Amino acid sequence: MTARLELWLWIAARLTAFVLAFGVLIHLITVIYAVRGGLSATEILARTQGNVAWLIFYVLFAWSVAIHAGIGTRTIVGEWTAWRGRSLDMACLVFALYLGVAGTQAALGLF
Amino acid sequence: MSQTLEVQVWRGREDGGYQTFEVPARDNQTILDVVTHIQRELDPTLSYRFACRVGMCGSCAMTVNGKARWTCRTHVKKVAPDGKLQLQPLSNMPVIKDLVADMAEFFNKWTRAKGYFVPAEKPSTDFAMIAPDSPKRQEAEVGIECINCGICYASCDVVAWKPAYLGPAQLNRAWTLVNDERDHGQRDRARAVSGDAGCHSCHSLQACTERCPKHLDPAYSIAGLKRLTMKAALRGEL
Repeated sequence: MTARLELWLWIAARLTAFVLAFGVLIHLITVIYAVRGGLSATEILARTQGNVAWLIFYVLFAWSVAIHAGIGTRTIVGEWTAWRGRSLDMACLVFALYLGVAGTQAALGLF
Repeated sequence: MSQTLEVQVWRGREDGGYQTFEVPARDNQTILDVVTHIQRELDPTLSYRFACRVGMCGSCAMTVNGKARWTCRTHVKKVAPDGKLQLQPLSNMPVIKDLVADMAEFFNKWTRAKGYFVPAEKPSTDFAMIAPDSPKRQEAEVGIECINCGICYASCDVVAWKPAYLGPAQLNRAWTLVNDERDHGQRDRARAVSGDAGCHSCHSLQACTERCPKHLDPAYSIAGLKRLTMKAALRGEL
């Protein structure tokens, strides 16, 4: 992989970390707020169904996780095992796409 | 302190082992004194490196009780109050023999990081005027006193995990050149220090900064390279 692409992956990992830092904060605050009167599917769906703001938030969150985790997993596996190179790149790309698609599906399911 | 030191010394290559020597303890004794005593008095076949004996040349670095140190500037009293020493060659480098590590790859990486001055194509006709207090000169100042001893490189976990990683000394040197206004190899150097083998692999563990006997801060230099290359990439210059 070229140094240029590596650099962009590094920038992507930093930017998504930035998004995740805020996203996790919003998520935790929402969790604490949501469980006050007990947690039920009806209550969650009442909040998220038809709400475009939550859809955007969760889709953005899901893809930030996908990008960040994909890049991070590649780095960790490359450092801690002998698996490097193109096959690892592809495996991590598939992993990232799976996370992104699954996360988007979950967000759409709540919409 | 006891009257004799119990010194375990690495012998042979990677598949070697420790040999224990008993060395008389003395006041103001350095690790280099101990190794020299072993070679002169106990076993002349022991191999090790040193030159200046006063912390200027950077050739006597070894692993002393688990940490990379200059042996000439390390007092036995400071690192082994119980009189027990374990000496190994520097980590993250192949072993040539006994306490001598192979630094070829260390210096190859120095070259790969473009850790050398690149002049303009045409010779300059006048002296470059660099104010000592200019911001760039001050940035270079932070890392310029490196003497290539390899202690930061031997202490770096990322070097151990990722053999292609250029290393803290190499990137620190690149950072001093990035701030050299006379240098004309900036774009090539920025590319060389980018990416998987370069500054972006650094996890800012800062063992390099912790262990540097000259109290330099390679982690700071690497952070500087990360900022510089990121800005260049965002501007489309890389």
